[in-house]
Amino acid sequence: MPRYSALRLIREAFNRQSGWTPAWRDAEPKAGYDVVIVGGGGHGLSTAYYLAKLHGVRNVAVIEKGWIGGGNTGRNTTIIRSNYLLPENALFYEHCLKLWETLSLDLNFNVMFSSRGVLNLANSDAQMDAYARRGNAMRLSGIDSELLDRDQVRRMVPHLDFSPSARFPIYGGLLQPRGGTARHDAVAWGYARGASDLGVDIIQNCEVVGLRMGSAHIEGVETTRGFIAADRVGLAVAGRTSQVAAMAGLKLPIESHVLQAFVSEALKPFLDTVVTFGAGHFYISQSDKGGMVFGGDLDFYNSYASRGNMPMVEDVASAGMSLFPSLGPVRLLRSWGGIMDMTMDGSPIIGRTPIENLYINGGWCYGGFKATTGSGWVFAHTLATGEPHPLNAPFSLDRFATGRLIDDKGSGPYPWRH
Amino acid sequence: MLIHCPFCGARDHAEFSYAGDARLKRPAPDAPEAEWLDYAYQRDNPSGPHEELWHHVYGCRRHVAVTRHMSTHEILAARFAGTSGVES
Repeated sequence: MPRYSALRLIREAFNRQSGWTPAWRDAEPKAGYDVVIVGGGGHGLSTAYYLAKLHGVRNVAVIEKGWIGGGNTGRNTTIIRSNYLLPENALFYEHCLKLWETLSLDLNFNVMFSSRGVLNLANSDAQMDAYARRGNAMRLSGIDSELLDRDQVRRMVPHLDFSPSARFPIYGGLLQPRGGTARHDAVAWGYARGASDLGVDIIQNCEVVGLRMGSAHIEGVETTRGFIAADRVGLAVAGRTSQVAAMAGLKLPIESHVLQAFVSEALKPFLDTVVTFGAGHFYISQSDKGGMVFGGDLDFYNSYASRGNMPMVEDVASAGMSLFPSLGPVRLLRSWGGIMDMTMDGSPIIGRTPIENLYINGGWCYGGFKATTGSGWVFAHTLATGEPHPLNAPFSLDRFATGRLIDDKGSGPYPWRH
Repeated sequence: MLIHCPFCGARDHAEFSYAGDARLKRPAPDAPEAEWLDYAYQRDNPSGPHEELWHHVYGCRRHVAVTRHMSTHEILAARFAGTSGVES
């Protein structure tokens, strides 16, 4: 695969752009593979990439029912951060963030990662105390965090409502300067190109309809394009995790919920960081095209519909208006819904299952995008060695039976509240 | 979504608070741990019809057991939750 470079751009400019080739091979399925990864989103593709690159496992297929990156990878608000309270989460997401920082270089593909900072607003004394605690916990895990007072927040984001009549007066905020955003499509394409280049087969328009079970293990996957044998099978199917796992007779601590997101018409530069509002639930950033990209809570009921309802649209819009009154005249361009596989403790499941050669990567709740890098990195390790990496060992499926839950928010087994 | 509360009639779902899977049955205190695991954490999470509890908070305040299709949001049935449902 020819590398992308400035020199090549210039050469192609004089060559009528005739030298470009497809970024990855659209492969036909072979009879069998060492590893079959179900799901061609960011997580599946990054798993395949790191399997081939770091572990030398190149006889790998990524099977996708639609087109790559067409699921939740393309349906999120692209926020990247590692500002977690609990050490298991903080260390894992910090590893993800470190991979993001060098990803464009690593893939030779511009994923447009931008460390524009993630600012959590505090709207009460209690919230300031909670953020001081979280910021200190992050620092103990070796992660940058800064507690800002009201004036510092005001200098950073002057458009916020600092008037005396503000519905939610701003007390300060917790800033993670290294957090930011990336271009989600580019992440899928970059990983696909990197994996394909190392010999991974990316098989699109191929839906898994069953898992062929042996006595205690899986022999392969039944798909709409025939049976594909596999020594090991990894699931990375986001909102459909419960359904694919059910093909192997597994029942998971997961509920699927719908989360809506929104983008406005393009504005001139308005917001150069990511702002989140924890007193309600709202997060916003500005895309490189100028659109304001924002979202809020789940719709709060189980759903596979990939679309939400009006009450949550109103709720999100009113939260946005209370923070940024000047956004009032801005028109919404698009809204969409994604299916979130919400776990019972709000943390993902990455690791082994009761079935010997079946591995699971799911339960990303509504925080999967930022984990795309590290999720594939630890899942590749797990698939290659058969054992979890220390970074994903706490995220085992059996933690629900053993009681070692990772409930960052402390919400209990109500997945729609995480 | 309009939920047909048996007492109040068709009402916007914003009047209700969601309380999850209606078919869960609380095990006996001395039941095996596997049963408690199933009750507390494991869910069928179907993509078709799902029986679930909605608490009519801004209405009659009764719990309503609603059968709703997960992929279309179509509401197929609604009745008062009996004592067999979970308490929320």
